[in-house]
Amino acid sequence: MLTLQCPYCGVWAEETELHAEGEAHLKRFGPDSDDADFESYLFMRENPKGVHFERWRHASGCGKFFHAARSTTTLEVFGTYSAQTMEPPQDIKDKITAKYPGWSWREFS
Amino acid sequence: MSTRLTTGGRLLNKAKQVKFSFNGKQFTGFEGDTLASALLANDQMMMGRSFKYHRPRGVVASGAEEPNALVNMGKDGKFEPNQRATTTELFDGLTCTSQNHWPSLEFDLGVANNYAARLLPAGFYYKTFMAPAAAWKHVFEPIVRQSAGLGKAPKDRDADRYEHFYAFFDVVVVGGGVAGLMAAKAAGQAGAKVLLMEQTSHWGGRAPVDGGKVDGGKVDDFIDTTVAELDAMDNVTLRNRMMGAGVYDHGYILGYERLTDHAPLLDGPRHRLWRIRAKQIVTATGAIERPLSFAGNDIPGVMLASAMRDYVENFGVSTGDRTVVVTNNDDAYRTAIALKASGLEVPVILDARASGGGVLAEEAKAAGIRVEAGKGIAKVKGGKRVTGVAICSQAGEGSVLEEIACDAVAMSGGWSPVVHLWSHCGGKLIWDEAQAHFRPDPDRAPTSHDGKPFVSTAGTASGPLKLDDVLVDGLKAGEAAAEAAGFTVTAAAAPKGEVYDEVPLVPCWLMPQGAGPKLRMKAWLDYQNDVKVSDVKLAAQEGYESVEHTKRYTTLGMATDQGKLSNINGLAVLSDALNQPIPATGTTTFRPPYTPISMGAIAGEARDEVFQPLRRTPIHDWHEANGAFFEPVGHWRRPYCFPSGSESHAEAVSREIRQTRDSVGLLDASTLGKIIVKGPDAGKFLDMMYTNMMSTLKPGKCRYGLMCNENGFLMDDGVVARIDEDTFLCHTTTGGAERIHGWMEDWLQCEWWDWQVYTANVTEQYAQIAVVGPNARKVIEKLGGEMDVSKEGLAFMEWKDGKIGDFDARAYRISFSGELSYEIAVPASQGRAFWDALLEAGKEFNIMPYGTEALHVMRAEKGFIMIGDETDGTVIPQDLNMQWAISKKKEDFLGKRAQLRDHMASEDRWKLAGFETEDGSVIPDGAYIVNHGTNANGQRNVQGRVTSTYYSPTLDRGIAMGLIHGGMKRLDDVVEFNKVDGSTVKAKVVDPVFYDKDGEKQNV
Amino acid sequence: MSKAVSALDGVTFDGFAKVEETGLRGMITVRGDLASKEMAAAVKAATGAEMPVQRKITSGDKGAVAWMSPDELLVVVDYDAANATVATLTDALKDSHALVANVSDARAVFRLSGDSRRDVLAKLAPVDFSKYAFGAGDIRRSRIAQVSAAVWGNDDGSFEVICFRSVAQYVFDVLQVSAQPGGEVGFH
Repeated sequence: MLTLQCPYCGVWAEETELHAEGEAHLKRFGPDSDDADFESYLFMRENPKGVHFERWRHASGCGKFFHAARSTTTLEVFGTYSAQTMEPPQDIKDKITAKYPGWSWREFS
Repeated sequence: MSTRLTTGGRLLNKAKQVKFSFNGKQFTGFEGDTLASALLANDQMMMGRSFKYHRPRGVVASGAEEPNALVNMGKDGKFEPNQRATTTELFDGLTCTSQNHWPSLEFDLGVANNYAARLLPAGFYYKTFMAPAAAWKHVFEPIVRQSAGLGKAPKDRDADRYEHFYAFFDVVVVGGGVAGLMAAKAAGQAGAKVLLMEQTSHWGGRAPVDGGKVDGGKVDDFIDTTVAELDAMDNVTLRNRMMGAGVYDHGYILGYERLTDHAPLLDGPRHRLWRIRAKQIVTATGAIERPLSFAGNDIPGVMLASAMRDYVENFGVSTGDRTVVVTNNDDAYRTAIALKASGLEVPVILDARASGGGVLAEEAKAAGIRVEAGKGIAKVKGGKRVTGVAICSQAGEGSVLEEIACDAVAMSGGWSPVVHLWSHCGGKLIWDEAQAHFRPDPDRAPTSHDGKPFVSTAGTASGPLKLDDVLVDGLKAGEAAAEAAGFTVTAAAAPKGEVYDEVPLVPCWLMPQGAGPKLRMKAWLDYQNDVKVSDVKLAAQEGYESVEHTKRYTTLGMATDQGKLSNINGLAVLSDALNQPIPATGTTTFRPPYTPISMGAIAGEARDEVFQPLRRTPIHDWHEANGAFFEPVGHWRRPYCFPSGSESHAEAVSREIRQTRDSVGLLDASTLGKIIVKGPDAGKFLDMMYTNMMSTLKPGKCRYGLMCNENGFLMDDGVVARIDEDTFLCHTTTGGAERIHGWMEDWLQCEWWDWQVYTANVTEQYAQIAVVGPNARKVIEKLGGEMDVSKEGLAFMEWKDGKIGDFDARAYRISFSGELSYEIAVPASQGRAFWDALLEAGKEFNIMPYGTEALHVMRAEKGFIMIGDETDGTVIPQDLNMQWAISKKKEDFLGKRAQLRDHMASEDRWKLAGFETEDGSVIPDGAYIVNHGTNANGQRNVQGRVTSTYYSPTLDRGIAMGLIHGGMKRLDDVVEFNKVDGSTVKAKVVDPVFYDKDGEKQNV
Repeated sequence: MSKAVSALDGVTFDGFAKVEETGLRGMITVRGDLASKEMAAAVKAATGAEMPVQRKITSGDKGAVAWMSPDELLVVVDYDAANATVATLTDALKDSHALVANVSDARAVFRLSGDSRRDVLAKLAPVDFSKYAFGAGDIRRSRIAQVSAAVWGNDDGSFEVICFRSVAQYVFDVLQVSAQPGGEVGFH
């Protein structure tokens, strides 16, 4: 059972206080989008063995959504960060690179 | 004979006799005994029967690894099967029975399986129950059910209570032997917050039994001193009778504390499950001795050498008068020496090693014990008890050299570190050729959230077996753990342990090494599940090359002991059969818990009243006191109806509806979600959340709205009231408040974080009561107060704040029943008083409460949809003919894009219509509208389904809504709904608004 | 308002720690920019307390203010003062983007006291309640068994637990089960 530090209230919360909210950094496609973009927004998800970016919510806590970067195999957490961002912060990407040189995840690497 | 000795018994309080019963027989033991030692002291060698062949089973070990001595403990609400006698502390009044036999332990008809053993080889389950198919139900299943399980299942409610406990430490040390004590002390001295847990009731592990000296003094003295030192440290917590049950991700470790198992009369929880987070975990879990595989090694009286030594030293109990010791290592000589020192006979020590033993062997010889090197056991003689052994050369095929009479055999096949906790979370093992065991690979430890190792091992759990190594290893492990947890360590020297010069063991996986099929069929690996060397060989022969497959095929290691004694021996046999080195075979997966833990401990406090949270409205007590029949809605309990006298539920529902439609009824609607949405961008935000246009709503007005997810599917509905320019109050469904609040926050926090909007879930701030029916206004007016609730003062779909009676109220003029209706919110703390006031005021109108079923029927009579009835996560508003609630002006709202997709706009979608049966009957719940022909699976084709179906007391006939291909275009068609009995019922497609189509009643 | 009743009408339990429902309490949810001058002034005017920092609760002569999230406070006052406090806060924040909502009736409050109060909570919440990690002036939002709750430490050493009113009975029951004599842990 993993623990993540909520970047908003600072609590090291165990999983029972959290709610998993799916993949991070999805770009929303609205009424003007074409079928391919909309399909990918709605249905296409990563399922990596290794580095992954997720959304979590500190549901039984401060109620805030946040992002987490972790390895799905070792459960190493490279960092948690604000939900109000379009991409992972550089320091977290650097941490991942130190562990997984040459990693990539969607458009990030 | 096994009996109590006059000497020994370091754990006993011989001043205190304890009475207990086994299979109805009364016995006595001493305080400090385990059930196993006390039974042995009373010459009760045989303690159970094996699972498959029902062979007699005696105790073989002295600790958690015991596979044989399992009993049904206690009775009634305190009954629990499969309790290990070796870890059960004796207490006065203990009652237990042996398991898996009928009619008795001594005489068991199930033993017939034993004689049929050759017909029940590995995998016989898979081979036997194949055909004929009918035999399964009538022959095989009844037999399998009868013989399934070992102990009996408890019949009564568990009388005990259990609890959880969350705790946080820098360092957790599992195992209170000398290594664990050293580790805890080192970490504690560095300043770390330490927990040391020990699964038994005493500290020190097996070091005191194995002998040797620490810094020149007795091991016992070292233990006492160290425990006292630890006790004195504020930052160290010591807990015995607490097992490290499992190690999980990110430093999570479960401690299973047994509080009253040893004293059931103590008040308090029986077990406490510690849910611990540790920065570092040190497993000082020791090692387990391996049996040797020779023919007859399962006959009662054959015991692990270390266990036999434990019984002598710890409990002053002899297993037999004449014990043959058989070994492939030096350690077992200690048992021979201990037995001899207690005045018992050791006719011979059989050492499988051609070169024999070292210093300990010399000591044994000096004590006058005959030692035979290069020899082994060809066969143990006896049935329910050992009567002798036949000796052979280990190198040969089992030709008997000599027969020796004895009543016990002490065996040792070497030691395997307890690597379970290390392995639970991914710690890897390496094969140690010299010790012939798997031990933790310190370079491949489990890693935590920071990617760094968080589990280490100490003492024999690491691999070393000698006292001096163990002390040093414990110290180093404690220091390293404290350092890894962020503390500074001042290097200290470990106490000096006495060193014996031991000759290395020689692996011995089969005795004699050339044993033929006849002997292999009697050489047991798994005592509880009856898996023999021959079974594993057969599995290999049949192609089961993976150790995981062999395990499941043969059931090796699948018993309650999870193969603590059998796994290594079994995979060595498998490796031999596959002609590959042992590391190539590998181990099966070690999974928590280490030994079984109670279901009660897992549940903790969650039972009876607090099994699950029950949400109560402020009026719940009144409902309960007035005979409400409740239905669960989420965690809420809402009154389904209020049956009066001998009334059936259906009658009550009809009465409630008629009363409401004729005069006035009351509904507790407090459970509806209420979310405040406020800010300069609130209107824009709600335009995105709802399919309707909300930004144009005027303050003081209400609008019914639909919410869809990004798939376009309906997820919630409710009435939105605009409070002021910046503020909206959104009602959600009963189950939807938290979900919809989270949904709103999701979009505000993660997508439109630059929009100025705040939300607050104020669902529980209010008690909300619907006053419904033609006399609703009269009831409210009777309460007085300043609020004008007249047709003009508070028009349909308006809301207003003010006093009703002397209550601060907010009244919404909305209707889900089609009647004149007010939903009135008052502060929750006044909810009950307001309810009472309405009942009092409504007396002259025969006011009565109605429940959720009346609510449902009345809304169905009006053709109003219900989330969860008309919708199921695949229905879009267009399916429900609700285009009127979908704004065409808005460029965007959640779900809009999805609703543009081809299949969403398709004419082939099933759409809402009403249905009336030709005979007036009620269409069954869940019925489908059948179509011509069948599908590929031979099932009847369908063209729609019912979504809501009720008896309408207003119309005195069945009414229904449903989704049908073509929707309202099918008006007046007659279709058939299937029924459970295979027949169908004919119904006409009609307008789903069955009652007051023009809405005249709600607009008065 | 004599007709206003708390969820459990002041029920108490004397176990190895004491559990009491404290009765109605004024509580106001405030959302807004916690760093703004207006917010600090509003909080000061309403309670006399300073603005709390992350996971802290501060108190003044009229009440207390708890940090609930980076944009949310809980103002705690006497129940009878709740409406007036809402008005004070609303007025002080009228030119800011903020939300003020009276949630007094949506809550139940339990006080835990006695030497072993930490052990009672540690049976129910995945939180480090040791004295090194949690004390007077701290607030922690978490769960109590299966429901969301918050706990803060008072200056007199007692703890107060707040939860939703609908689950007041559940929370009282699990606190009672956990404080049952015989269940002493002797840990904290």
